[in-house]
Amino acid sequence: MIDATGMPQSGVLLGGTSEIGLAIIRRLATRRLGRVVLAGRDPAALEQRANELRSSGIDQVSTFVADVRDAGALDGLVSEAWARLDGVDLLLVATGDLGTAELSELSAGRVASIFEVNAGGPAAALLAFAEAMAAQGSGRLVVLSSVAGVRVRRANFVYGAAKAGLDAFAVGLSEALEGSGVGVTIVRPGYVRTRMTAGRSQAPFAVDPGDVANAVVRALETGEKIVWVPAILRLVFAGLRVLPRPVFRRLPG
Amino acid sequence: MSAAANEPSPSDGERLLSGWGRAPVSRARVVKAHDGLEATAALAAASATGERLIGRGLGRSYGDAAQVSGGVVVDLSGATRLLCFDGASGVVTAEAGLSIDTLLRTSVPEGWFVPVTPGTRQVTLAGALAADVHGKNHHVDGSFAAWVERFKLATAAGTLEVSKERESDVFWATAGGMGLTGLVLDLTLQLIPIESSAMVVDTERAADLDDCMARMEERDAEYRYSVAWIDCLARGRHVGRSVLTRGEHATSARLEGAGRAAARFGPGLRAYDPRELASVPLTPPVRLLSRKAVAAFNEAWFRKAPKERRGEIQSIQAFFHPLDGVREWNRLYGPRGFTQYQFVVPSGAEETLRSIVGSLSSNQVPSFLTVLKRFGAADPGHLSFPAKGWTLAVDIPLGLPGLSELLDGFDEEVAAAGGRIYLAKDGRLRPELLGTMYPRLDEWREVCDRLDPARTFSSDLDRRLSLRRPLRRPLRRPRTSPGSRRTPLGRSPGEVAP
Repeated sequence: MIDATGMPQSGVLLGGTSEIGLAIIRRLATRRLGRVVLAGRDPAALEQRANELRSSGIDQVSTFVADVRDAGALDGLVSEAWARLDGVDLLLVATGDLGTAELSELSAGRVASIFEVNAGGPAAALLAFAEAMAAQGSGRLVVLSSVAGVRVRRANFVYGAAKAGLDAFAVGLSEALEGSGVGVTIVRPGYVRTRMTAGRSQAPFAVDPGDVANAVVRALETGEKIVWVPAILRLVFAGLRVLPRPVFRRLPG
Repeated sequence: MSAAANEPSPSDGERLLSGWGRAPVSRARVVKAHDGLEATAALAAASATGERLIGRGLGRSYGDAAQVSGGVVVDLSGATRLLCFDGASGVVTAEAGLSIDTLLRTSVPEGWFVPVTPGTRQVTLAGALAADVHGKNHHVDGSFAAWVERFKLATAAGTLEVSKERESDVFWATAGGMGLTGLVLDLTLQLIPIESSAMVVDTERAADLDDCMARMEERDAEYRYSVAWIDCLARGRHVGRSVLTRGEHATSARLEGAGRAAARFGPGLRAYDPRELASVPLTPPVRLLSRKAVAAFNEAWFRKAPKERRGEIQSIQAFFHPLDGVREWNRLYGPRGFTQYQFVVPSGAEETLRSIVGSLSSNQVPSFLTVLKRFGAADPGHLSFPAKGWTLAVDIPLGLPGLSELLDGFDEEVAAAGGRIYLAKDGRLRPELLGTMYPRLDEWREVCDRLDPARTFSSDLDRRLSLRRPLRRPLRRPRTSPGSRRTPLGRSPGEVAP
């Protein structure tokens, strides 16, 4: 059950090995979260993360192997999660793949695949969980979007375009769920220091997964729908969005 | 969440439900039961299909006690018949859904008052028993269950006639049992005699919390009713400044001597016709009770109260149910709703009370309804809330960042002092502390399991706190989050509020 302050007791992390996702799970476990399903592609990696969560004191952690691109597997995840967790309070969507933005490496198939992992699959998962949560009249969908989708840059434009699609889908879904008891929280982090970004040049306003986790807990409490991490990025991007293209192109980072 | 609904609705069907605090919200199938037969039929149907079920009255418990996600909610607010009223003895038998409001409109003109009323008269008799409600007279008269002679309870194992002598463990598991033992179908209650519908009220101000507690300890015994309103935004040496109101039912002799003030109580001195003065027609998109608004209200409220005034004549509604004058005032808290944090700590644990009031002040928690009261002895209800000591009730708007952590800290202080929080108000207690706060929980679980081994009776409150079912194993949790740089409510410790 979600308590009056917005804290969930059970949750599914889709993208079960995501550093940001796991940081959010651990942070929520200091409040009420005690029953978790980690879902993802790599059984061994999931099991390792599950063990880490168990040893950090989370009561019930299990894993579920599913590829976010497989609609059948997502259906299986929904029914399995409800059975294991006795109702799901929280879905945290943290799948993502930076892919590539090099034209020489891109093909129609590659673009479709990057879109599928970053947008199509997550959108399908949100939809499936939203429906089941609306039936119980409560639930929170937390989507890891990215500032990369707010104004798409040359350096990661395929990833950015997919995140833009997911972000817009989540905003629309949030409207569609108004009055259902189910809420959507859209998280727009800037540069987060993780394995995924390791080796890339660090952008200004870089944060750690723990900072994202704190922002998510805060948003669940306040009911804020769109969360920028760090918060200053809301202002920064209000400016960047209207910056003329020749200037935007020359920005570092 | 904007769709929380706690208004009684005329029809059956699936809908979103919440308590008076408007959070948490969940969806259930509501079945209106207009009498015991309809209620037992709904229970039999749910037992057969394996659905979870809980009863509901007027939806005045603040949290998630009267809702069950995905299950069946039996709405008994339409079962309102007054079955028997003995004007000589003051004993009344009524169906579960009769409200204190309706009962008083009949009984007051006849010279009888409910022995215990909470701060609203819009509660059903069955709800009052399920929460074992208390009033301003707990130090003298105890809680609601003390005055209940018997009731009829539809359990999963059949319908029982329950009294303190017959099925006494079921009686005391039901008093404060939050509806989880069964559906109360009707109950028999002893009323108290009154000579008039007027109250004689003494009001005084206290400079701080210690002054308030001292005044209460010194002279509470002289009054049947006593309560203190506390300004929890006051700071420094004013922390806990308060207004005490204490009173009695006015005797007819006292009222006859009151001259013009007595006129409105009619020739028989027992006129009673409370009205709603205003209503909040819709939920505003934002919380109207901001910190500044509450601070201004509290300042005005404290200053408006007389330093000392004796013998004021007041109406029943002004003394007991002032908030009932504004219909659906809970909407003022906006779409996120509010919670009420109410705890009791034993006499001798005043330090815990000071600590929490101090923390409310230093964190500038914007509550305009903070109430302190002394409880008398506990009754034998397994999960009954009142216990000898001090109880503080604080209305807190939801949506403040850090609130979850702040209240978890209060939970620990209360549990460590041997106190507990009130389940009828709760929407967020730390589940691990339930057993510490309610040491007779296992005894209560045994009664429930005997009546309902299949666990048909359940509620969101039950599921959230594992009331009926022990936690698989105690959760090991760090007390505070290492990653959080914010202090509760987003303030740094030294920061001074405007």
